[in-house]
This record gives sequence, C-alpha cells and structure tokens, in this order.
Amino acid sequence: MRTKVAILAACVAVVGVLIGFYVTLLASGPTPYTVPAAQAAGSRTANLTLQTVAAVGELAPNENWVSYLVRERGVWHRSTVWTLPANALVHVTIYNFDGKSGLRNPFLAQARGIVGGRFAIDGKPVSLINPDDASHTFAIPALGVIVPIMGVGDNAPHQCDEAPCALSDAHETITFTFRTGQPGHYRWQCFVPCAAGFVYGFGGPMQTIGYMDGYVDVV
Amino acid sequence: MWSSRGHGARIAALTVIGTAIVLPLVVFVLGPNMPPGKGTTVASSQVTDNTVLLVVMTPFTVFILVYLVYAVVAFRAKPGESLVDGAPLRGHFRAQLAWLVSTTAAVLFLAIFGTTELLADNGAGGGSGPNPVTKPGGAVLPVQVIGQQWEFTYRYPTYGGVETATLVVPVGREIAFHVTSLDAIHSFWAYELGVKADANPGVDNVAYVKPEKVASFHIRCAELCGLWHGYMSDTGYVVSDATFASWIKARQRQFAPIMKYLPKYATSYTPDPPFRAG
Repeated sequence: MRTKVAILAACVAVVGVLIGFYVTLLASGPTPYTVPAAQAAGSRTANLTLQTVAAVGELAPNENWVSYLVRERGVWHRSTVWTLPANALVHVTIYNFDGKSGLRNPFLAQARGIVGGRFAIDGKPVSLINPDDASHTFAIPALGVIVPIMGVGDNAPHQCDEAPCALSDAHETITFTFRTGQPGHYRWQCFVPCAAGFVYGFGGPMQTIGYMDGYVDVV
Repeated sequence: MWSSRGHGARIAALTVIGTAIVLPLVVFVLGPNMPPGKGTTVASSQVTDNTVLLVVMTPFTVFILVYLVYAVVAFRAKPGESLVDGAPLRGHFRAQLAWLVSTTAAVLFLAIFGTTELLADNGAGGGSGPNPVTKPGGAVLPVQVIGQQWEFTYRYPTYGGVETATLVVPVGREIAFHVTSLDAIHSFWAYELGVKADANPGVDNVAYVKPEKVASFHIRCAELCGLWHGYMSDTGYVVSDATFASWIKARQRQFAPIMKYLPKYATSYTPDPPFRAG
C-alpha cells in the first residue's frame, strides 16, 4: 500500500513540475527588447529599426512564416515585444523585403496617428499608398497608429527569400515618427492578410506573437 | 415540533412571506440598477426586461430556497435516532399540478413578453438580419460596422461613404447599425447602447438604437475571433447634433485621400484578397 502511495505521489509531483515548466514557458513569452531612449531638443526620443521578411528562415521554428525582425545593436533578432519610453517621439525605420499582398480593408492604407500625418517611402513623404501595393502594416490600434508598408515589386531584382535580409537586397524603406504618450501595455499587429497558406491569410504567423504581432510596453 | 402533516402549508406560507419581502427589493432596488443602463431606448427596455425576468423568477427562487432550508431543519435526524429508510414516495396530484401550471404559466408569459419586446423595440438591440421584421418609423441614420481581425471600422453611407476608425453617433436620432465582417465572425457589442449584433462575412445584420443622452460607451467584440480578440475594444461617443456635424465633416476632410480606393458602399463585402498564395 505504501509503495503504491509513494508511486502515486511521485507521479503527481512529476506532473506538477511539468505543468510548472509549461506555465513558466507560457508566461515568459518572447524576449522583450528595450529600445534605448535618448534626449533630443527637449524631447525623449527612441529609434526603432525593423525589417519585414517573407520567410523568417532559421531564426524561428516555422521557417516559412512571414515575420518582423528588430535590430538591436546592429544585429537582427526575432522579437516582437518592445519596451518604449513614455511621452517620447519614436522614430521608426522599416526595411520591407516582402512582396505585395494587398489590404483587405483599403481604408487602412491611409496612415493615422503619426507625427505630421505623413510617412516616407524611400525618402518620399506620402500619407497613403494604393491598398493593393501594401505588403504589411504597422499598427498600434490603442494609440491610433497605423502605417501601410509598401511591398517590393514582383519584378524587382535581388529579392530576398529568407531572413535576415541585407540592404543590398530589393527592399522598400519606410520611415515615420509617432508619440508614445502615457505608460501602458499595448498590442501591435499587421492588418494585411499576409500569412501564406492559411485560410483568409490570418492564421499561423498572424495568430502567433513573435511574427506579425507583438506588444509594446510603454514605460 | 413538526407534525407529519402541514409541511406543504408551511412551505407555501414561508414562500409567500419570503416573496413579499424580496419582491419590492427586486423591483425598486435591484431592477433599476440592472445592466446595461438607460443610455438608449433599447437599453432602457433591456433594463425593464431584466427586471421582469427577475420578478418572475423571484417566487420560484424563494420557494426552492425555502424548501431547502425547511428540509434541512425539519427532516434532519434527531440525536440518537437510528438511520431508517424514508417514507415511500407517492404521487401528489395537487403538488404536481401546481408546479406544472405555475412553471408553464411563467414560461408562456416570458415567451409572449419576450416576443412582444422584440417587436416593440425593433429587435431590442440585437441583430435582426438583413430584413428586420420591424423597423422604426421616420428618418434613420445608417452606420455600417465593419469587423476585421482585430478592429472595428465604421462607414457612414449618407456622408459619402466615409470610413472612420472611431464610432460617433448623434443623440436623439434613430440609428441603424449595419453590422458585417471582412473575415472571421465577430460580434459588435456597444454595451451602454444595448446593442449586440453578430458580424458575419457576407451578411448585413441590422440593429436599431436611439441614443437618448450624450455619453461615451464601450465597444468590444463579443465573439472569440482569434489572437487579439481580447484587445478588440474601443470607446464610442454619443454627441450633440452640432458636434456630430462638425466631426463628420472633419473626418470627410481627413479621409478624402483614401476615398478613391474604398469600394462603393455595399451592405456587405466579399473578403478580398481571400488568401495569400504560398
């Protein structure tokens, strides 16, 4: 009888430890990246540099999934949880190496919530793009921020198939600035149905934090 | 202390007394504070409906609780009493009849009352599909609610079909929400307005409401729709006519550039692109 109780207790303990590991793994999530803050002209500022790729490659278990990457000290990481300074101007640069998918809701092709209402594509200021040319969007809905990301043309030479891509590959450079405001925990996401091979393009990388979605912690 | 006869009479008497005590509290204290408040005609009706439901269920709830407490007190074993089997159960025609008649009457009343309320309130804030059985008379302001993973946007067909990311409606005017979706099934829940209507792709789900006071209200998706369902919430605003007029003009100016790319206003849209090849 004592042996059976001991075996049962051991099994319960093992299961408990496994559950603990699983919960810890879930709670920890992706490694956050703290974007360094600076002081410029009386304002707090931060520079966030991203790239979007059609396939994340060996940087993630799902090599064929579309993804955002963030540059930290010159190195590209697959992290979509970022810490940003509160009440700061965040200068965002996005190098997009992915093709055009098209927005399902064309309304989202006009930028909102950014400083001056305009963003730049390869240095040219615009307020919107043709919705069919959108490759992705960068959006923080709770802050009212949405910026469409122009896709690389189908016939562009030197297209990058897999991350991390180099700036010598075909890409579009998107730059804009937004203000973070009060501290808070916000989600960000892509609104383009860009998940290849999934129903309505909104499965897989669009439903998994670490690819086309993430959090912005404003502190 | 307890005779074997008279249990029924005592339980009935206690039920009547308990109901007499609880009912005024339900009607005058709990009822007026029932959700979703009185921000619109529909919401006010829902408060009344919830109060009526509570009133109908009160005597039954009191009866069940009285029976439970009475049984615990009256039928418990006395100290030293040996464990014996209970008396054999036999049918009690009058008790069965009373239960059947009272519960049937309650259910039938609620069915008739509920149907009447649905018709009187033009759907009571719920989506009535593309062809509602009843419609409000007079002028109606149509506002299209478009669900998408994971945000609601809004189109105003009587203002050139302008689309906005914020929902603003004028006070004192009948609104017809045309709720649809571009991808998965969502549910448009404007809590204080008393509106909750499913957003299905390819379907125009119409819900009527008439805001009665200037206020803000919570909007959230009430249908599990994917990763960011829990974040699919927003704040809407009921504003004066003048404020609404200036707001919609400002939005028409702001979103004029994108208007040439928006599809012609339709009651629903086919998801396009349907998927990304890969």
